[in-house]
Formats: sequence, C-alpha cells, structure tokens
Amino acid sequence: MSLEKSAPASRGAASRGPASRRPASRGPASRRAAAPPQEAPPPPSETKEETPKITASELNVFYGETQALSDVSLSIGAKRVTALIGPSGCGKSTFLRCLNRMNDIIADCRIDGRVEIDGEDIYAEHVDSVLLRKRVGMVFQKPNPFPKSIYDNVAYGPRIHNMAAHPSHLEEIVEKSLRRAGLWGEVRDRLSDSGTDLSGGQQQRLCIARAIALNPEVILMDEPCSALDPIATARIEELLDELRDRYTIVIVTHSMQQAARVSQRTGFFHLGALVEEGATDAIFTNPGDRRTQDYITGRFG
Amino acid sequence: MTAAGERFTLKATAPDMRRRRRAERRFRFISQAALILAGAVLVLLIMTIARNSVSAFRQLEIGLDLPLSEETGRASLKEAMAQAAGLSLAEDEGRALLALLGGRAAREAARQRSAALAARPPAPLGEGGKARFWLTASDDADLFLKERPADSAGEETGGRLSPLQKKALARLEAEGRTRFVLARFFFVNADSREPEYAGIRAAFVGSFLTLLITLVISFPIGMLAAIYLESFAPKNRWTDFIELNINNLAAIPSIIFGLLGLRLFLDLWGLPRSTPLVGGMALALMTLPTIIIATRAALAAIPAYIQEAALALGASSMQSVLHHVVPLALPGVMTGAIIGMARALGETAPLLMIGMVAFIAAQPSGFTDPATVLPVQIYLWSDSPERSFSSKASAAILILLLFLMAMNALAVYLRKRYEKRW
Repeated sequence: MSLEKSAPASRGAASRGPASRRPASRGPASRRAAAPPQEAPPPPSETKEETPKITASELNVFYGETQALSDVSLSIGAKRVTALIGPSGCGKSTFLRCLNRMNDIIADCRIDGRVEIDGEDIYAEHVDSVLLRKRVGMVFQKPNPFPKSIYDNVAYGPRIHNMAAHPSHLEEIVEKSLRRAGLWGEVRDRLSDSGTDLSGGQQQRLCIARAIALNPEVILMDEPCSALDPIATARIEELLDELRDRYTIVIVTHSMQQAARVSQRTGFFHLGALVEEGATDAIFTNPGDRRTQDYITGRFG
Repeated sequence: MTAAGERFTLKATAPDMRRRRRAERRFRFISQAALILAGAVLVLLIMTIARNSVSAFRQLEIGLDLPLSEETGRASLKEAMAQAAGLSLAEDEGRALLALLGGRAAREAARQRSAALAARPPAPLGEGGKARFWLTASDDADLFLKERPADSAGEETGGRLSPLQKKALARLEAEGRTRFVLARFFFVNADSREPEYAGIRAAFVGSFLTLLITLVISFPIGMLAAIYLESFAPKNRWTDFIELNINNLAAIPSIIFGLLGLRLFLDLWGLPRSTPLVGGMALALMTLPTIIIATRAALAAIPAYIQEAALALGASSMQSVLHHVVPLALPGVMTGAIIGMARALGETAPLLMIGMVAFIAAQPSGFTDPATVLPVQIYLWSDSPERSFSSKASAAILILLLFLMAMNALAVYLRKRYEKRW
C-alpha cells in the first residue's frame, strides 16, 4: 500500500510507491509483511529480524529551540511488541509521535532524519499523513473516546475512509474490532450508549477497537495503562499478547514490569537519545549500558 | 508566630488567628453586602418600570348608545355620539364630550356598527334600536381618571381637561359609561401621534426583521472566522494582530458602528435609509466580534485530545474539526450568538446614526421599508411631552426586558441541555 497523496482512499488500492524508493533486495518475506496483516499472518520468526517494519534513522526532533530527540536510530520488527522505556521527558513519546506524524500538528516542531515504514519514507514530500495514520493507528495515554455512541466511535474511522460498502459491512467491522479488543461481550447490548459512559479500562479498549477498525499495520500506544487500575491494566496486557499476532505494536510505558511482561524488544531512552535497544530479556537481565542498569534497578527515574 | 517561650495553642483566640478570622468575616460581609445591594437595585429598577408601565396596559373606554340601523356619514355619527350622551353637538358640552373621545372614535364607531350589523345572530338591541358602543377615550380623559390630579390645596383639578370636559366625564362616570380595559391598541398598533392609539407592534416587527438580518449576516461569518482562527490559522504575527483587533472591536462604543454604517451602507452603497436591512447590517458589524470571541472560547474549551483522536484515525484537519470539535462546541457557540443577539436587540445608538429614529406610523412589511425598533421606540416615547407616552415607554421597556430574559434563558437552556460532559 502506498502513502502517496494521489492514492485513492479506498482500501483496495494496493498500488506501490515509486520503485526507486524501495530497497533493491526485498525478498518475498518482506512482501508478506507489507501486505494487510490479516490476509497472511506469518508466525513471528527470526527471519523477519532482517526486514524491520519501521526504521528510524538519525532522527532529530526540535520543539522550537529545544531538542527533544537527538540522533535516534531504531528498527522495529513486524508483528511483535516493542516497548520504549525511560524517565519522563526522555523523548520516547516524541519518538512514538514521529511514527504517525502526529508531531505535524505541533506548530514549531521540526523533524530531521528519516522514518521508513516498509521501506517507504513517511516524511517524503508525496506522503499524505491521512493515509499514513490509517496504516499506523494510535492509542493515547488518557482514554479519549469521542462523546458519541460506542458504535459510532468504532465506525468513525471506517466511515471517513469509505471502508464499508454498505451498512451491514460496517456493522461487521464494528463487531470484529470490538471482539478483537475484547470488549464485544461487555458492550454488545449497549452499542448506542455513549463511549464516555464506559469505565476507564473499557474506554481504553474502545480506543483500541477504534484503532483496529481501520485495519492498521502498526499500532502505537502511548502509556495506554497509566490512567488505569491494575485489573484494567492486566486486561489490556492480555489483549496486547493477542494483538501482536496481527499488528506491529510499539508501546511507551513507565512501568518496567509492564515492558518486561508484554514486549519482545525494549528500547531505553534517556535525555532524548536512544541509549540501548535489544531483546527485552537481555535488556532487563543484562543491560549493556550503565544508565539502563541504573534505570531498571530504580536508581533514578 | 511561636516565638521562644510562647507555648503552642490551638485556641481560636490566639491573637494571630483572631486577626485572620476577623479579616475573613469582614471580606464575607463586604461581598454579601455588595450582592444584596446589586439585587436591591435590580428589584427597584424592575419595580419602578413595572409600576410606571401598569397604566399603559389599561385603557379608558367610554360607552355610548348609538342607533344601529342608520347608515350615516362621519358628521352625523358625531352628532349621534353627542346625542347618545344626551347632548346636542351645538352645545359646548356636546363638543366637550367629543373631545373626551379619542381622535379615531368616529372610525371605531363605524367599524363597530358594521360588525354589529353583520353579526349573526344580530346583537341584542337596547331601547330605540340602539346598541352600546365602547369607544376609546382620549389620553387626557384616560390620564384624568387614572391619576385624579389634585392641586396643591388637595382640591381635585381638571388636569389637562377643561372644566366642561371634566363635567361631561363626571356625568359619564356617574352613568356607568366609563370602563378600563386591556389596552389592545398597545399591542396591535404602530406608533401614533395620539397616545391612546400608539402601539409597539411596528417596533416589534422592526426589531424582528432587523435581528434577522443581523443573525443571518453575523452568525455564519462570525462562526467561520472563529473556526478558522482557532483551528486552522497559522500562529504568526498576522493572526495575533487580527486577534488583538477583534478583541478591540468588541470594546468599541456601538455608535461608532452606526457611523461606519452611515458612511458605508448609506453614503457609499446607497442602501435605503431607516430600514431593517441597513440597521441589521450595522448591528451585525457590532455583533461580529462578540460572536467570534464566544465561538473561539467555546472551541478552545473542547479538549485537544478529541481532535488528536480524530487525527490519529486518519481524519483530515477539516474532518477532525467539523466532525468533532464544532458539534461539541455548538452549545457554547449558540449561547454566544444568543447573547450577541440580545445585545443587538437592546441597542439604540448605531440605529440612530442610520436614521431608524424617524417617526414611523406604519408597520414595516419588508426589509427595505422604513422601520423602527423597540429600544428606539422607547427612546422616542420617553422623549415625548405627553405624559401617557412615558408610561408607554415603561411598558415597552418591560416587554423588551422580557424578551432579553427569554433569550438569555434560552441560552442557558441550550448550554445545560446540549453541553456534553466527559
């Protein structure tokens, strides 16, 4: 799928970007990764290590005069959970928001460097952020359902992207998304209730369902459990385990236990720089950097 | 304050505590006094207006027994009216009697007679084929019976009535041929030189037409300008400059907008003077800043995460604003618009500049007919030498206040009813 502005909004348009933008050595495995995830769900395997879903290289972000990220290069593998940890203000949320260009709406934000998704530079001139955000969904720190019905919350995305040919198809999408977000059983009889009437944990799962409804390839989560109680948090974490079969998930979290529980890869940010990135087990048991060690053992942060 | 040697105490009588408590009580007292004062002034104002306006809602009528059958001209009708009071028109008292009736009494009598003749079943007749006609009395007679003016010695005087008129009125009163009724003309007539026939209908219609123009112009323009400024405009010196000037415009004396309207709409564009069209346009200029500021405040009150959520789902900027932010802000926007309209409804100064101060005795039938509006009508009446007009001014003020309260109540209702909480 292309992010070109000229691409039709409909889902079926699978036209490729300019061939020159793609790395020459793309094997069939990477093609599969680029295809809509539910059509070909390959089990997570070591072979994908070489073809990351997202590649950020030498990313620098400035808010006015303040540098929020400096020279961050990070590859994020497909169909797995990557956790970004680090103390407050270390740039992990900024990094996350670069991946779906949410920083575009901040007036004095300046971004240097390159972010590629499936080899396509998302900051290239021809890329339309609307199409990008359809492919890269986002769940925010504070559950933010629209003050509309549960149904309309989930149906909004498919509606504006013309994903449903007729109402019954839309209903299918809504049901499927709510099921995948583990919310269907709780709300099936009250779809017309306001999304804001749900409990915090349910609201957050509604937001996940809303993101899933667009059938994204990547889901970005910015501290999705920080406003939730432990039970709701556990529910979301279970959900993450199920979702990583279909989606590439990047999660920013302040809870190191959460990072350890849900992620396969972990990146540690400090003062706007990526200190260390690696398999979660390795980071937590045998960190390579002193600062990582200090942080995960609770010496600062 | 616990210096060495002083022991800790939780007593409320500790000197420092006493001082602080006293300051607190003083502050509460002053605040409450201010509130009570404001409330008292408001009550006094409304009571004064209400008391002054009561007499405008009552109108004296004089009953005369007139023959039904005769088809007569206006002169003979006058003769008949004098005769009905037991007088001859040749006598001074007969003429005095006619002076007690309103200037349009003959016309009223003619209309009542044809109505009575056309009535099925026919109205019951008194002796000699006569029926009782109740005719509007002149404002002098009306005022005399309402106020019973007395001189400094306490003797009843004639007020503005001549001795003969006073005598005739006393006789009518003794015969039970005077009565007070609800002043119908006050509600259904346009302005008139004769207070007994002057009404607020034309001013009311004029106000309605003018406000309609104001709303149609200022609401869409103001709302779109606010949405653009709040959600789309780049933040730079230009938008800061525009913002600053919109805030300044809201504080400009309204008569300046009248001057602008005079120069722009009347002199340059040659639009018709004294009309709701021009008045509405001048008021729209005045209302625009209010609506823009209220709309922006309502839009800014919608949490940013709502728009972020929509953008993250791949909504375009316009979709995120029009699908989510604007509908949520709408109650606040409506409230702002209604408050702006209420202000326009009560505005006089800009309308004076564009000639809506003229005496208009006909109800406007369109946007380009000469018209007046309620506050201008109040201004004209309160300026008038006849005493009856001043009570009419109070009555018109009361009605204007009622409409302003209704509009504000509607604004509050809309906000309470449609504002979403989350």
